[in-house]
Amino acid sequence: MSISRRRFLGWMGAAGAGLAAGGRAHAAALPPSGGHPDALGVLFDVTRCIGCRKCEEACNRVNELPPPERPFQDLGVLQKTRRTDARTYTVVNRYEGIPGAKGPLYRKIQCNHCLEPACASACFVRAFTKNPDGAVTYDESVCVGCRYCMIACPFEIPTYEYDKALTPRVMKCTFCHPRLVQGLLPGCVEACPSEALTFGRRRDLLRIARERMAQFPGRYLDHIYGEFEMGGTAWMTISGVPFAAIGMREDLGTTPAPELTKGALGVVPVVAAMWPVLLTGIYAINRRRDRIAREEREAAVAAAVARAEAEAKKKLAEALAKAEKDKKAAIEREVKKALEEAARARGEAPAGPAPGTPGATKPA
Amino acid sequence: MQFPKVTLERPRWTPFNIVAAIVVVVGLGITVLRFTKGLAATTNLSDYNPWGIWIGFDLLVGVALAAGGYVTSAACYLFGLKRFHTAVRPAILTGFLGYALVVLALHYDVGRPWRLPYPFIVQQGTTSLLFEVAACVALYLTVLFIEWTPAALEWLGLKRARNLVVRLTLVLTIFGVVLSTLHQSSLGALFLIAPSKLHPLWYSPYLALFFFVSSIVAGLSMVIVEGALAHRYFHHKMDEAHRREADGVALGFAKAASWVLAGYFVLKVVGVAQADAWHHLASGYGAWFLVEVIGFVMLPCFFFAIGAREKNLRIVRFTAAWAVLGIVINRFNVGLIAFNYHLPSSERYFPHWMEIGISLFIVTIGVLAYKFIVSHMPILYAHPDYEPH
Repeated sequence: MSISRRRFLGWMGAAGAGLAAGGRAHAAALPPSGGHPDALGVLFDVTRCIGCRKCEEACNRVNELPPPERPFQDLGVLQKTRRTDARTYTVVNRYEGIPGAKGPLYRKIQCNHCLEPACASACFVRAFTKNPDGAVTYDESVCVGCRYCMIACPFEIPTYEYDKALTPRVMKCTFCHPRLVQGLLPGCVEACPSEALTFGRRRDLLRIARERMAQFPGRYLDHIYGEFEMGGTAWMTISGVPFAAIGMREDLGTTPAPELTKGALGVVPVVAAMWPVLLTGIYAINRRRDRIAREEREAAVAAAVARAEAEAKKKLAEALAKAEKDKKAAIEREVKKALEEAARARGEAPAGPAPGTPGATKPA
Repeated sequence: MQFPKVTLERPRWTPFNIVAAIVVVVGLGITVLRFTKGLAATTNLSDYNPWGIWIGFDLLVGVALAAGGYVTSAACYLFGLKRFHTAVRPAILTGFLGYALVVLALHYDVGRPWRLPYPFIVQQGTTSLLFEVAACVALYLTVLFIEWTPAALEWLGLKRARNLVVRLTLVLTIFGVVLSTLHQSSLGALFLIAPSKLHPLWYSPYLALFFFVSSIVAGLSMVIVEGALAHRYFHHKMDEAHRREADGVALGFAKAASWVLAGYFVLKVVGVAQADAWHHLASGYGAWFLVEVIGFVMLPCFFFAIGAREKNLRIVRFTAAWAVLGIVINRFNVGLIAFNYHLPSSERYFPHWMEIGISLFIVTIGVLAYKFIVSHMPILYAHPDYEPH
């Protein structure tokens, strides 16, 4: 939605704050309000909250939530630290005995409407929307009920209707988005009697917070909670005591939730693209190795066979040659023997031919 | 084409059957309660603790322990370790059953289970790691189903369909490894978005890598454990090749698991160093972290190595069960124990007995399905009419 100047002035009039200054001079200032330079927010001033629970009551009424177990006028509820639940979008808690504080302090909890919401980033059906007016809203018509938004939210805001069997919903503050669309203030802001809640453009709220710090030296810590926490939130808090003392985590860091999962998501296409290549490569290498091993085995067998054949041939040839030689030798031996015998016979008859002369014949 | 006749014997009241029957009956009762009275009546889930054991055990542990399918088929078909061939079908079967049961369990956990297809058909939340998990689990369940069908088709005697599916083996194996890499790691990456809720000893930018690498250990160890159990209870169903290869599979997988655990151990140490979380080791959580990393990573690594070197099957099988327990502990730590560590004990989660009842119910269904399939289909033996693939 776009915010008309007229509607904006209407809000400002209702909020009783003279914030109409500013105009469009800072329209290009992206970081203070995320992608929506005119996005709205609320500044909660802990030093002003009196713990009257009027905001809780108004929230319950405008959002048509179920009636509470104990009436909103009953401040005894504050004895226990509470959190948002499926019947309660906002609660005020009391903190006592804080060093540096004169009396008890009160802190209001509700969805902080992050500039880059963890819930929206975590939702696998995009049930959450970051609206241009700053509100983070939820669409129950697509919600599967996985509750990953509740895991993801660093402020532990979303709750679930566990007691509904068939139509459970995630329940959380909507920044009264339906009212903002109509030009009305969020219920809690409207009801706050002590101006602990200041409604306006987020970038103006940052300025207002700084102005208060300058105007009342020593009253505030130099820290606007939500300016940078988890990448920045639309609802911000200023306090005179450390935020940890009023139950706010100071270790959340400034990284917006989507940044935390960017790396892991970035790996997905890389794996999807490269794994098939790598795995097919491994497969192909193994197949090739198998094939080469088989070929080498076959070649080795063939070589061995050839070698054996050659050897056998050689042996055969040698054997044949030897046989030939033996045969020759045997013949010669026989001839010699025959001649000797003939010579001996001639000795008995000396006129015989000399040994080896042609014509000498083997005796029969 | 002749369909086999399934003869259902009259159930014998063995201790196993009695226990299984009780678990199933109680499970069905809780199921009715869950879908009529809601999650509040059956679970201890709260606004601080939106995920209980149906996610911590059924999803995180279930998916990790079903990793045997992709690990074994990759070893056999891609890495060319053909001696593990007889281990592929049992591993694919347990993987398929594991994933099917994970999806069944999710129907109990999510608020409106009939909307589970919404992330695919209505709106895609592509910035969510859960979207990646959902997409990969859905696809991988399909892949495992197809990879498993040859056994069923052989049983049914549908030769042509079976031969068609077998031709897809390589493509399915590669697809399975890609999908497993993605969602095994993404299950860890789910918690990247909540650095303020997960104890710094477990939170790490490497969470995705931790989950992926340890899923390999889970897969290898589960194949050894399941093999040992199958030998004990289904020895008569195994053919000669299966019995011959079984010891080699256990020893080979033990060796691989030892190496992977060694790498995983180093990664875990790098994780602590990267987060500079050394000082946390001196706390209660630190002691528990050391129990996990030394007692259930380093020691199993060591004992796998000994078992593989000595070729001692008893050590190998014992260590496999030990490593599986280590994976369970790790997933419980990330999902439940070290998660929400900052909350006071009054806000911490402990499962309702009905949550445990449903988890047992689902595991029991898995065991019964495994029993039926192994008894009737060629899982532990090769069908004589078909070429192995």
